[in-house]
Amino acid sequence: MRELSLHVLDIVENAIEAGASRVEVKIEEDLEQDRLIIDVRDNGRGMSQELIQRVMDPFCTSRTTRHVGLGLPLLAAAARRCDGDLTIESEPGRGTRVRAHFRHSHIDRAPLGDMAGAMLAVLLSERAVDLDYIHRVGDQEFRFDSAEIRKELEDIPLTHPRVREWLSGALREGEVNLQPVKTDRRLTF
Amino acid sequence: MVRLKNVEELKKIRQEAQKDMVVRTQTGTRIIVGMGTCGIAAGARETMHAILKELEARKIEAHVETVGCVGMCAKEPLVDIEQAGKSRIRYANITAEHVSRLIEEHLVKGHVVQEWAIGRLDARKI
Repeated sequence: MRELSLHVLDIVENAIEAGASRVEVKIEEDLEQDRLIIDVRDNGRGMSQELIQRVMDPFCTSRTTRHVGLGLPLLAAAARRCDGDLTIESEPGRGTRVRAHFRHSHIDRAPLGDMAGAMLAVLLSERAVDLDYIHRVGDQEFRFDSAEIRKELEDIPLTHPRVREWLSGALREGEVNLQPVKTDRRLTF
Repeated sequence: MVRLKNVEELKKIRQEAQKDMVVRTQTGTRIIVGMGTCGIAAGARETMHAILKELEARKIEAHVETVGCVGMCAKEPLVDIEQAGKSRIRYANITAEHVSRLIEEHLVKGHVVQEWAIGRLDARKI
């Protein structure tokens, strides 16, 4: 996949398929330590050790495990190419945590890309799921928790056109406001 | 939480939306985009964006939803269009550049784009 945001979207889709009602997505760009961390936690049905082994093998995943496809091995390969790795913690009935880390400055690291678009695709999911999204760049943070938004909206779904426009704007604005820091610093030299 | 300064906006949206929910469930349009691994890899997120842009440009009000893999991975991006009172039509391999014609023909002119359609499903309410 061309962007890390597409991998994130894919992992969250897995979580939704696994029956999660709440998914936490944390993207941490630590420029001093030169790390980029993707951390996705869900409260879905979880996986046994045996299933974790199977989902990490791109050639053994079969129709019987259709809620998890090729996505995880692809993300693991992307992370390992960039001096990083991927770990999965999961237990049946207790949800799943997928964590991938990359060397931020690695030449093979795909750009994070359109995170706002990826998170919008999650919020528009046919199965209503709450998304707690945190994106940190250095000491700046953008946080977006759909549970708080749902509370305000009461019975109006997130897919309602007016709400969707609002969500899209809110996500984009939050992401844009995160951007300038690192380039500005470099330009001052 | 950065955004909640805009809570007032949300409240306004809710009040307006509540008024038209009943009408919408009876006459509404749903567009459903496949967003499994296969869909994402085939460009489904860009398809979804193109749909949102097209709807905005044409001032068409429709619910857009994403779903997981339905098992027709080679046909992704899959886009289903469902209008109240009509059957749901499934379109295959709808990348962003197909969206304009799809919306124009299906939603504006009201006929199915035969060459892209691969199936007809039972409709359900929004």
